[in-house]
Formats: sequence, structure tokens, C-alpha cells
Amino acid sequence: MKESIFSPKNLKLLSGPLNLNNPITIQVLGICSALAVTVQVKPAFVMALSVTIVTAISNLIISLLRNTIPSRIRIIVQLVVIAALVIIVDQVLKAYIYDVSKKLSVFVGLIITNCIIMGRLEAFAMSQKPWPSFLDGIGNGLGYGLILVLVAFLREFFGSGKVFGFQVIPDIFYQWGYENNGLMILPPMALITIGVIIWVQRSRSRELIDKS
Amino acid sequence: MENLLNLFVRSIFIDNMVFAYFLGMCSYLAVSKTVKTSFGLGIAVIFVLMITVPVNWLIENYLLKAGALAWLGSEMADVDLSYLSFIMFIAVIAAIVQLVEMIVEKMSPSLYNALGIFLPLIAVNCAILGASLFMQERDYHSITEATVYAAGSGVGWFLAIISIAAIREKIRYSNIPAPLRGLGITFILTGLMAIGFMSFMGIKI
Repeated sequence: MKESIFSPKNLKLLSGPLNLNNPITIQVLGICSALAVTVQVKPAFVMALSVTIVTAISNLIISLLRNTIPSRIRIIVQLVVIAALVIIVDQVLKAYIYDVSKKLSVFVGLIITNCIIMGRLEAFAMSQKPWPSFLDGIGNGLGYGLILVLVAFLREFFGSGKVFGFQVIPDIFYQWGYENNGLMILPPMALITIGVIIWVQRSRSRELIDKS
Repeated sequence: MENLLNLFVRSIFIDNMVFAYFLGMCSYLAVSKTVKTSFGLGIAVIFVLMITVPVNWLIENYLLKAGALAWLGSEMADVDLSYLSFIMFIAVIAAIVQLVEMIVEKMSPSLYNALGIFLPLIAVNCAILGASLFMQERDYHSITEATVYAAGSGVGWFLAIISIAAIREKIRYSNIPAPLRGLGITFILTGLMAIGFMSFMGIKI
């Protein structure tokens, strides 16, 4: 029996990673390159988009090739596919949004070693049909992007009073003595922000709590 | 010499892989449950870094950079292959990790068992590729500088994973709010440690 393209099972692949199976807060994947780009919303947004595209397409390609890849050399095959896609993304970013590409610096290249992509390829695309794999890639990319943009929003809002580079906290507040929290811009606060997000998420859904 | 020492100290404490750039976080979080395994992984990371970064430096400077092929003759002098750097770097890293895995399997089976699946995962450890990419971006002048930088970042990563593992071993006996247990508290601890490491900023030898 042929499954419809948007059957409930397939939709679940898309929505699961957004909350209960989030790649960052639950599967603990892809934290590596994520946190350094979250000082402002704009680079975080571009980064999330790039990762979503790379995850989805590499999932699709590996899933199409899954029966022809010898398992001993699969890691290197996966890496080559991912690296080729990342090179394309990097060149496109350099050509169209050079300033953001400069800000992301080495972190575009680090998409290659982003554990989300390798993790999903290993855990999902190697054993599933192309279409579900593609959806799984999109879903995980979006779940990653959600956390990234959320962290970036909090850090930019409290750290410099802006969102997407536009000032949101009115000048009058500053005259009354409001100060930006400079600590939010520094690297350590990204970690603490993620820690707090995990805390909030786990207290809302009790089944996620660590047993140990 | 002074310059190299400065670079070494800088890459351990100020530009620390984990605390300043969040590189290698995946294995940092997953393997840091006991000090013993983190020690093994930390050593493996230092070792792999000290081989891959110099090798990638040679590739960068004699193959990929704009004008790097000049040694082949003047007609090759304006070839720029730098867009290939990602794929070359990751191929070198994957090959060397495979080599290290085979050596460790022969030399120390107990370490091999303890590291389990994390040894192949060094290939996708962001700290390794990150060091090569930073080497490319910061344009180190000599292979010595690149090696010292690699050693420094490796030691910095080693220091980070050992200290978090030690803290996690102790914190098992503390009464942490249930939703914060495990991952949450590790993130917050890392954040606090990163604030601590920021006090090294501005050190110059």
C-alpha cells in the first residue's frame, strides 16, 4: 500500500524535532557550532537556514544511496556528501550576503562536523526511504533553528536591546537608567541560556527528566 | 620563542576551544561522565590535533591557497583552490582518525573499549576541524606556529573535559532540581566555568 505524502506518520517526522525530540535539548546533537553564532538574531537565522538545507539534502542523497554504500566506508562517503553541500552553501553565502558570511566565519565550515547531520544520517537516512528522510532532515533542521533563534533572540534582546538589528527598547528606558546586560553578549551566557531552556522544557514535560 | 609561548598559553586559556568557541561540545557533553574516559579522549584529541593541523597547514600553503601552486611553475601561480579546503581538511582528518583508531586498538585494548564509539566520532569532533579552519583563517606563518597552536588548543580542550568530568563525578551526590539533572546542570556548569576562564583575558607573556 502506498502511503500518502503527508500522512500523519510523515508529519510527525516534521513536528517531533520541534519539541519532544528536539535535536539540541533532547538528543544533545549539534551544540558545537550552534552557540557561537547566537549573539544576534540575523546570523543565527542564516545559520539555521543553512543547516536545514544541508541536513535535508544530505539526508535525501544518503537515503537514495543507502543500498550501494559499503558499511565500512560509510562515514567517509557521508562526510564527502556533506562537505560538498557545505561548500555550495558557503559559496552562495559569500556571493549574496557577504557581511553575514564574515560574521559566521569558520562556523559555516563547521556545519560539516555538526553532529545533527551525521547523527541523522546514521540514525535515520541509512535505513529509511528518501521522502521520510527528507522530511526528517527538514524537521531536525527546524528544531535546531528554533533553539538557535530563541537563544539569539534572548541574547540580542537583553544584551543590546535590539532584535534583527532594530532597536526595540525605547530610548526613554535608557534615560530612566535601564542598562543593557553586557554579560549576555559574552560566550558563557549562551551556555547558561541553553541550560535554562532545557530546565523549562523538562519541567513542562516530566517524561524527559533524566533517571540517574 | 616568546611569541610561540604566548601563542601556546593564549590558545589554552583565552581562546579555549570549549569555553570561547564551543567547539567539540558533543563529545564534551557525552563522554564527561567519568574522569577516566575523559582523560583517554582528551589525550586522543591532543594527539589527533597535533597531526592534523600541521598536515592541513602544508596542504593549505602548498596546494590550496591563492598562488600556492607557484612551485609547479609560473603558469600555475594564479590558481586558487581555496574553495576545496573544507573537503580536503575533512578527508585528512577522517583518514588520520582511522589510523589513530587502529593504533589504539593494537596498543591499548582497554582504552579502545573504554572509548567505544567515541573514537570514530573524533572525526566529526568540531574541535578538530575547527582548529584547522582557525589555522587557515588566522594565517599562521610557519608550520611550527601551526603545531604550537594545535598543541595549545588540544591541551585547552583536555583541561576543559577533565575539569567538567571531575565536577560531574562530585555533583552526583548533590540534590539538583529534577528537571535540571544531567544535561541542564552540565550546561550551566560549563557556562560558569567559561566565566571563570574569562578572567584570563588580556594575559600576555
